[in-house]
Order: sequence, then structure tokens, then C-alpha cells
Amino acid sequence: MSQGVDTKKIILDVKNLNTTFISDKKEVKIVKDVSFQLKRGSCMAVVGESGCGKSVTMNSIMRFTGRNAVVKADRIQYNALRDGEVTEYHLEDIKKPNGPEMRALRGPDMSMVFQDPMSSLNPVYKVGDQVAEGLLQHNKGMKKAEAREKVLEMFKKLGIPDPENRMNCYPHEFSGGMKQRVVIAIAMICNPELIICDEPTTALDVTIQAQIMELLKDLQVKEGKSIILITHNMGLVAEMADEVCVMYMGRVVEFGSAEDVFDHTSHPYTKALLRSVPVLGLADGQQLETIPGATPNPADLKGGCEFADRCSECMGRCREGKIPSFEVSPGHYVRCLKFDNYPEVK
Amino acid sequence: MEKDNREVIFDIKNLQTWFPIKKGMMKKTVGHVKAVDDVSLKVYRGETLGIVGESGCGKSTFGKSIMCLERPTGGQVLFNYGGEFKDITKFNKEEMFEFRKKVQMVFQDPYSALNPKKKIYTSFEEPLKVHGISSQEEREKMMSDVLKMVNIQPDYLMRYPHEFSGGQRQRLCIARALEVRPEVLVCDEPVSALDVSIQAQVLNLMKEIQKDMNLTYLFIAHDLSVVQYMSDRIVVMYLGKIVEIADSRALYDEPLHPYTQALLSAIPVPDIHQTKKRQVLEGEVPSPINKPSGCAFHNRCPRCMDICKTEDPALYNYDGKDHCVACHLYRNDAK
Repeated sequence: MSQGVDTKKIILDVKNLNTTFISDKKEVKIVKDVSFQLKRGSCMAVVGESGCGKSVTMNSIMRFTGRNAVVKADRIQYNALRDGEVTEYHLEDIKKPNGPEMRALRGPDMSMVFQDPMSSLNPVYKVGDQVAEGLLQHNKGMKKAEAREKVLEMFKKLGIPDPENRMNCYPHEFSGGMKQRVVIAIAMICNPELIICDEPTTALDVTIQAQIMELLKDLQVKEGKSIILITHNMGLVAEMADEVCVMYMGRVVEFGSAEDVFDHTSHPYTKALLRSVPVLGLADGQQLETIPGATPNPADLKGGCEFADRCSECMGRCREGKIPSFEVSPGHYVRCLKFDNYPEVK
Repeated sequence: MEKDNREVIFDIKNLQTWFPIKKGMMKKTVGHVKAVDDVSLKVYRGETLGIVGESGCGKSTFGKSIMCLERPTGGQVLFNYGGEFKDITKFNKEEMFEFRKKVQMVFQDPYSALNPKKKIYTSFEEPLKVHGISSQEEREKMMSDVLKMVNIQPDYLMRYPHEFSGGQRQRLCIARALEVRPEVLVCDEPVSALDVSIQAQVLNLMKEIQKDMNLTYLFIAHDLSVVQYMSDRIVVMYLGKIVEIADSRALYDEPLHPYTQALLSAIPVPDIHQTKKRQVLEGEVPSPINKPSGCAFHNRCPRCMDICKTEDPALYNYDGKDHCVACHLYRNDAK
């Protein structure tokens, strides 16, 4: 039991997660000391540029990382709530990433929606069968007809028109938005409590994105699902998230409630990120601010703050040693030496 | 309607690009994909004309059609040759070759637009050689000039594309397009493959270059906020047709067409205090093969009237200036 964590309120508790990839006998640290707690029934957004480790973090929790990855953590605790009873799972102790323990959790407890709906469905199976597969896997002895009933129900719930016929269609007969609904149906069919969405709308048009986001918000508000939304779209974050986790080069640089992050933006990276996004209705002649340079290669990082080279407020001591996180207000953590007058987070 | 101080560089009249659908052993044409259907508009020198729309609305085909990379099946594309307008759809090979120097294109994906086996030097030298700059010294000077313009050191010419980051590669692609000193740059989703922090760099750079070289941009993108940032005027397309043209400010302040309104409201705003009423469009873009009768948008339109189902609205001029909209709601206000 971890110190004073209310397992009824906290669904996922991650402490010091590290993921290292071994390539060419070199070790490259992709995720470094990531810690966060996800409240039950809330939506947390993970934002950052590509290559910042946001997807790898979530894949590490789900153990979808490949063979060349080493996942280490002090704690990855998943608290399942079933009929008012809390069952704790310690995912960091599970040895085999594809062993029975992990497989039992994926689907009925936690599931994932991937970025590209075009490639996450099998083109040679009917979508109805693909959605039913999870059900049949996790409920031994369930009749196929029974599974189809459930799939039908799910299709209706997710707003797929003409569900009876659409179940017998192949993925190529669906449009992008409808395919993403099918992928969400696959994730939802075993009624998991935690859904991790990895850039669910990046491949879709804005009008379709609005539809899918409405759907996810409904699942969270009406059915009390906990959602982790991985994205790089700050607009979506503002709309969906209760809590925001900003990542840069494998580290959480800022974590806090949406109010904290948007209204009291503290880390220079978060500030720069927010200022560099074009928003509608900018005045004429108003320039976008840019972040100089590009993200460094994770293989040749030195000590100190990873953002130092691109930071406009960089100080001499930013480039050496270990940078801790500071708690600038309750629940709002910033990993920047500018805030070293605040209490340090262990 | 036309302001005197603006010079028209492209005058597009009833442009039509249809792709035939062939079926059966005899390859009989059974229908057409109407990718661009009866589009007319003027592009002025020195402006940035943004073109937005959802995927499949024909915006990329439109960009390719006006360069004749995709042969239009009808209509005219008139290009201004020092005051004289010539129809480029009727050009022969030599004329086309000359025209290519005037209009260049920047593509979406900088990862596939540069040959991975060739050094940047080779890729950059080719257009200059083709267009007849024979002395190597001159070529090298021109190459380093354009590289300086996009803030890349000239000694990087000897590198291969994989040694550059995505943002650098897109800047290289822009530099290569600028080598022949074009007058118009057609940019097809130039920043959608880039990260947000890099996006701003490239956008600002493009604005600077435009000022320096007095370029005209045709900026095609699906992200309305990016288009609004870049453009002077914006064209909104839906199913191969223009539904609204307006100044970029006017489009944001007073969107007229229900589709534009929905598109604007669908864009998430990075501000947690803004609780705007979102208008979620039902359904998806219909297939361009069997377009709905009347107004193509009527089956998704929240303000659909009876007339919309039967009659295709013309492009009405709303304010006597640049704001045009193709919607029956405004037929009585038309000037």
C-alpha cells in the first residue's frame, strides 16, 4: 500500500517510470522518472512534441513496448473498482509483457485507442467480428450471437448509423471518422475503466474531430470513465482535460490542473508552446513566437535541463546536475530552476 | 468590384477537373469524380490566398490544376505575362517549361520530397541546370543565396536529406522552389507534417520571404487557424466548389456560410475560459461521385431550406467588395 493514497479516488498511480531502448548496443533513455496520479473519472491530457516520449510512456504502462525496451518503475499501480471494492494491481511487478496477467487486464480494465484508424483495423475481417473478438476472449463460454448483440448495442451507443448492416462491413467501406468509432468500440466493448487515447483525432478532419471528442467527453461524464488523452493540440487539451501533463524529452516538465497550466503557466517550454500555436482571430501583423532550434537527439543528451538550449530564460546552472521538480501550488509541479524557492518534490 | 491598385496574376475561369471512373472490359466511363467543379476566382499579385476545406474537398487538386500538374478538363487558367493574359491550359511543351519558372510548388511531406540518395547539392543543382544556368559558379552562388534566405548554412549543401530535421527539410524544399525566382508559390499543406514549435518557425519564415521577394502564395491547408494566420484572403471549399471567399479578418468576424460557421466552431481553442457553443456537424462529406442535388451541403446543413435541395446556389457577392458566399440564405442581400 502506498503512502496515504486513496485507492478509491486514484485509478492509476505511476512513480518514477523509466523506459530505456537498446539500439546498436547503446542504451537510449526515452522516458525518465515520469510520475503522475490519475483521478478516477477524470481526463488527463499528455502534451508535447513528437519524440517527447508521450506515447512511449503510455505504451510502457500498457506494456506495448517492443522487445528492445526495458521498463522500470518504482510503482505502476492500477486500482480497479468493481462493485465498490478496490483491487490493486502492481503492473511494475508483472514480468511478462504479454503474459496472462497483463492480457487479463487489457480490455476489461484498461484499453487503448490508437492514432491511425486506417491502420489499426484488420482489412480482411468484418468490423463486427473484430469488435466481438475482445468479448469472446475475455468471457469464455459466451455465445457468438450474444457477443453480436453486445456489439450492436455498442455501435448504437457510439452513433454508427445503420448498425445491423454496418457490422458486416469491412474496414475499407468506412470513412475515417467511422473507422475511429469502430476502434473506440473495440476499446470500449469489455467496459474498461481506463481508456488511453493516443492522438485519436490527428488523422481526422476538424469537423469529425469535434464529433469524436464529443463522444469521448460523453463517455467520461456520463459513464465515469477515466481517460488519458495523448495529443499535441493545445486546443483539445483546453477543451477536454481536467489535468495536464506537459512532457519534453522524456520528462514531465509541468503537471497540474488545466487552470494551473493555462492560467498560471510556469515552465518556459509550456509558455513557448502555447504562444507558438496559431489561434483564430489573431490581430493583423501579430507575429507568432517561435521556439528556436529543434528537439535534441535523445541519444546525445548531457546533464542539466533538456530544454536549456532552446530556452529564453536559461541560466548558467540550468546546464548541470539534476533538475528537480518544484511544487508551485498544491498539485502544480514544475521542473525548472526558476522556481527553486518553492518546496522540492521528492 | 476590383480594386485598381491590385494586379491580377491568376484569373481562373470555370475551372473544372473531373476524373473519369472506368468500369468493365471496354473501360467505359461510367461517371466522374468531380474534384474541382466550376471554380472561378482571381488571385492578386503579392497576396496570400488561403484555401481551406476538409479532406476530399478538392483543394489539392485545385492547386495542381492551376499548375497543370493535373490537366483540367474544362475552364481557363489565365496567367499574367506582364499585362498580357495567356491561358496555360492550352500551353504546349515549351511554353509550359517557361511557365514552370514562374510558378513553383511546395509539397506537404518534406520527408518524401527530397531524394534520400542524393546530396542536397545535387537536388538543388538540378532545377538550375534544367533551366539553363550553365556556369557552375553562378549556380553555386544562387544555391547559397536561397539557402541563406531560409537560414540554412550554405556548407550544408554537401549533406544528405536524412541529416536534417523535419523543419529544416521543409525549409530546404521552400528554398529549392525559390531557386528559379518564381512569382507564385503554391504551398500544399506545407506545415501539417511538422511539430507545433517548428510550424511557427516555417510560417514566419514564409512571411518574411514573401515580403522580400514580393511573392504570391496560394496556401492550401486544412487547419483554418494556420490559414487565417498566413492569408490575406481565404477561399473555403466544399466538394469541389467554392462556398465562401472573404478577407481573412472578415471570415473570422462574420462567417456567412453555415459550413464556414461550423468549420470555425469545430476548431478547439487553447483557452479554458472560452465556453463557446459548438455546432457539431452531423455526418461526413458525401462522395464527390454522387453529389447531393442542389446545394452539396444541404444534407448536413443546420439551416437547410426547400430551395437548397433542388437549386445549386451561385456565388453571391455579399458586401460589394470581396466577400462572396454561395448560399441561398443570402440571395436577397446579394449585390
